[in-house]
Amino acid sequence: MESVDLIYKAIYILVIFGITLLIATYSTYFERKIAAFIQDRVGPNRAGPAGLLQPLADAGKLFFKEDFIPAKSNKALFILGPGIAMLVATMSSAVIPFGDMLMVDGREIWLQAIEVNIGVLYVFGVVSLGVYGLMIGGWASNNKFSLLGAIRAASQNISYELAMGLSLIAVLMMTGSLSLREIAEQQAGFNWNIWYQPLGFVIFLICAFAETNRTPFDLPESEAELIGGYHTEYGSMKLGMYLFAEYINIFVASAVMATLYFGAYNFPFMENLRAAISDPVVANNVVTLVGVAAMFAKIFLFIFFFMWVRWTLPRFRYDQLMKLGWNILIPLAILNILLTGGGIMLKDYLF
Amino acid sequence: MTENLFYFVASLTLLCALMVVISKNPVHSVLFLIITFFTISGHYILLNAQFLAAVNIIVYAGAIMVLFLFVIMFLNVSKNAENEAKSSFLTKLAGTIAGGMLFVVMIAALKDVSLAGANLDTYNSQVGMVENLGLVLFTDYLLPFELSAVLFLVAMVGAVMLGKKEAGEQHF
Repeated sequence: MESVDLIYKAIYILVIFGITLLIATYSTYFERKIAAFIQDRVGPNRAGPAGLLQPLADAGKLFFKEDFIPAKSNKALFILGPGIAMLVATMSSAVIPFGDMLMVDGREIWLQAIEVNIGVLYVFGVVSLGVYGLMIGGWASNNKFSLLGAIRAASQNISYELAMGLSLIAVLMMTGSLSLREIAEQQAGFNWNIWYQPLGFVIFLICAFAETNRTPFDLPESEAELIGGYHTEYGSMKLGMYLFAEYINIFVASAVMATLYFGAYNFPFMENLRAAISDPVVANNVVTLVGVAAMFAKIFLFIFFFMWVRWTLPRFRYDQLMKLGWNILIPLAILNILLTGGGIMLKDYLF
Repeated sequence: MTENLFYFVASLTLLCALMVVISKNPVHSVLFLIITFFTISGHYILLNAQFLAAVNIIVYAGAIMVLFLFVIMFLNVSKNAENEAKSSFLTKLAGTIAGGMLFVVMIAALKDVSLAGANLDTYNSQVGMVENLGLVLFTDYLLPFELSAVLFLVAMVGAVMLGKKEAGEQHF
């Protein structure tokens, strides 16, 4: 790889990292605004115009609070826990194609940090690691409620990973590729996977809620039974890191859903737009930039959906959660695989 | 570059694997084992086998080690295990003898080994990719593949049978 490419990649990765953090920061603000709207309140409106500086104020508050470490905790792991949660959360945005190709000075610039031929598996692997931050933090606190929260988190994540993986398999059967870029390219225009995989998408969506520990699946931190779950003993910015990691996970889950099912950076009539501009380089760049906007619009819609659900649905009971995962979602996902396989065979047979 | 990377990853693997055995706290051991799996995945990537690397992380680091951690956290073995292991002279003796025997066997086995390097003319660098792996699994090795699938199924059915509640058994 040339040094120019390396520099470009470094800049791109930093930009994506920054955007991820920015979106996660403002997700906290919009979460509170949307909650306020749904509950007919005003929400944060003191810091800055319309409360826009509220996330900064929150972060400042968290940073200046006492950094408390319980006396009988395992200190090293107690500090490591939030760090792992944060690290794992920021890892998976590396393989997501946020846009197609830009042409600058005859140089092709792909709007994706790393293109690997196992992109889907990479995301899946990182998601499966997400539970360590919670488990280590919960155990190291040396507190029964924290440990219970951690154990709940672990069993919930493992259970829903299975259904998630099975619903992914149906998508992979259709696209025949593990590369997220190829999956995105195959959904050109309005040919999105959601039209072929509605059931798979619903299963994936439910599992994404469970994997990010969002209501109605936020049992690891259900305050009514467990005080605060795995982060009972955490305070200051360590608690902030855990909460922040959750928002990053929401952003990443939204991006993955947009890529796998909602056509990533593709939007309807993109070929018409490309044909309408005479200069091919300009046409390509315009289509790509509109595509990036479309991608982020889809991501924001999903993030909004996450928040909408949080303030609408109550929490599951734990046995209901397990029953839903093992008795309903996994058989449904297997049925979805069979249906997809049958559909592919039928298509080969008929056409 | 690749060679340096290999030595770096290999030494890290050995170090972490040693730490698994050395650490006093079983939770630390499990965490070091997880890092060992990561470094082994690093080796797979150096060998251009991304699929194996990803699956190694998903299956071992993502699922099996979580269960390990789960069990160790629940049993809370740290204090008891430490005392027992320290107090017994017989354990140390048995461990030394067993380890020494293993070492002798390893030396005997590795003494006459000659490394067969890959033939650069016929070697296909893409052999570790998903497509090739799938092709090989579903053509040349179809029977073993299906048999191991059946084995997993049997293990799963066995686990379900063991975990199933008998009629009249108490719910807790």
